[in-house]
Amino acid sequence: MKAVAMPTVSRVAVCGGTHGNELAGIYLVREMLKKRADGTEPVSVVTVMSNPRAAQLCVRYVETDLNRCFTRAALSAPVSETSPYEMVRSQELNALLGPKASMQAVDLLCDLHNTTANTGLCLITYSDRDWICLHICKHLEMASTPVRYVHFDIPLNEAYSLDSVGKHGFAMEIGPQPHGVVRSVIFSAMQEGVQLMMDWICQFNSGTLFEGGWVDVYTMVKNIDYPRDSETHVITAAVHPDLQDRDFCLLHPGDPMFLCFSGETLRYRGKEALYPFFINEGAYYEKGVALSLARKRRVQIPSVHIY
Amino acid sequence: MSSRTNVSCLHEARRVAIFGGTHGNEMSGITLVNMWKQNSAEIERNGLLIKPFISNPKAVEKCIRYIDTDLNRAFTPENLSAPDVEGRLYEVQRAKEINRMFGPKGSSDAYDVIFDLHNTTSNMGSTLILESSTDLFNLQMVHYIKKAMAPHTCLVLLNEHPQLKYSTTRSVAKHPIGLEVGPQPQGVLRSNVFESMRTILKHALDFIEFFNSGVEFPPCTIDVFRVQERMDYPRDTNGNITAMVHPHLQDCDWEPLNRGDPMFLTFDGRTILYEGANTVYPTFINEAAYYEKQQAFTTTCREILAANAIRKAFK
Repeated sequence: MKAVAMPTVSRVAVCGGTHGNELAGIYLVREMLKKRADGTEPVSVVTVMSNPRAAQLCVRYVETDLNRCFTRAALSAPVSETSPYEMVRSQELNALLGPKASMQAVDLLCDLHNTTANTGLCLITYSDRDWICLHICKHLEMASTPVRYVHFDIPLNEAYSLDSVGKHGFAMEIGPQPHGVVRSVIFSAMQEGVQLMMDWICQFNSGTLFEGGWVDVYTMVKNIDYPRDSETHVITAAVHPDLQDRDFCLLHPGDPMFLCFSGETLRYRGKEALYPFFINEGAYYEKGVALSLARKRRVQIPSVHIY
Repeated sequence: MSSRTNVSCLHEARRVAIFGGTHGNEMSGITLVNMWKQNSAEIERNGLLIKPFISNPKAVEKCIRYIDTDLNRAFTPENLSAPDVEGRLYEVQRAKEINRMFGPKGSSDAYDVIFDLHNTTSNMGSTLILESSTDLFNLQMVHYIKKAMAPHTCLVLLNEHPQLKYSTTRSVAKHPIGLEVGPQPQGVLRSNVFESMRTILKHALDFIEFFNSGVEFPPCTIDVFRVQERMDYPRDTNGNITAMVHPHLQDCDWEPLNRGDPMFLTFDGRTILYEGANTVYPTFINEAAYYEKQQAFTTTCREILAANAIRKAFK
């Protein structure tokens, strides 16, 4: 592949507390805010507590999930005093860090998240050909935690999460961590991830050529809900012990998926072996998602350097 | 052969309640109780009235720990005797209702046994929580459960501390037992945790049925961990935590913590060591709900309790 020249990544946003009970990002943003910039940094970083009210209450959200409020429709909807807090806040964040899809948007937006699922470190984004994001992922392979690149194939207009506001962006998701808890190993992994990202950006901006190569990309295919009682809608099974905590371990047709309270095992009925992730995320029960399934493929990335 | 004079004769335990959802985001108990309310076959036992009950339905509906105040701290004498007033905290009102239904606390009309089902984000495994070191019925029951669960480990936490003991939902009953199983995040249902709790209850109900049928349980000893002290996170002047549980302590519930062992790791990478004079056994390490209660972990000391033989009293 031919080398690609790209603009410098001169404005970066690091956001935490988009969900107010995902504590590693919240504490990391607080620590970053304490260290005042002295103006000599090669890249300007704006550090933001995305949902301060939710963070203060240590809840995911106050009225509605902030990280679903960044579609083009949500960002252009008229807001008033009676609008949900997060709808107002998403427009504030869009004004501060965007506007989304405009030239004024920050060059890179890194949104810090935690999950109760055993995902390890993931970069989650909407593009499988964003060379900046893919190169950062490749650079993060030297982190002490294995990193994976997760792709949701959604067009920018419909992309609903905060990271879609930047010209480039991703959620940096680390699990497992219960909501409302900060685990030091998880905090350190997130701190290291952000540091490595900043190292890459600084090197890139100073003219380093980053060699191309290959990155495994996990593209989300579908979600699977819990089995539920047809009348009450209450779940009737838990994620099977053989699947629990096995994020990114290939799930084959016939493998156990759920263990019903009645004792019955429900198995994966799909025809294609896929990679499960976000297995048993606490916040997804209300969204009807027990796990997500992804297809993996190797994506070739070109060498990149600044103009 | 046990001497007849050393057998304690106790009343039958006829009325038993199983509480889930005392905290609305601790999913094992909520799921079990809802399941048993729909179909109680699994928990039925001869001669026993067994009532599965959701203690804090409003909190369960929202999948949060509590609405106004922690229900599991609300059963104080002041709250239980307070007059019904408009604008009363939801959980205080609920505590009074529960006391009417299953108590009154301290009276002979109270339910015999209440099992209160809880989960924790701490790596405590299956834990049985006692509030008294002299309740023979409870001591024999936990001994029975531990044996029946083996080789799966069931540990016993004893909270008899005069200041740190609190007024639990289950304290309404004559024989209160807390079941605490972790680690499990709030709002999450893990199959292994669910099934452990389900099995503990099965053995507990078997014990009560055996006891009521006249079986004599010989004298026994029980290893317990007795609550000593609550340890908070280091905090700044604004009350924000400045350190996390150290990686060497994280998930090491019930393991010895000695002077000089790492305890906390500050956000800027400094280790804070445990300075206590004696070896302690920490538990409830990094429980999500305890950040606001100023508790990073609780220290305990090991103790062996002895229990007399017990048998149902003849009428």
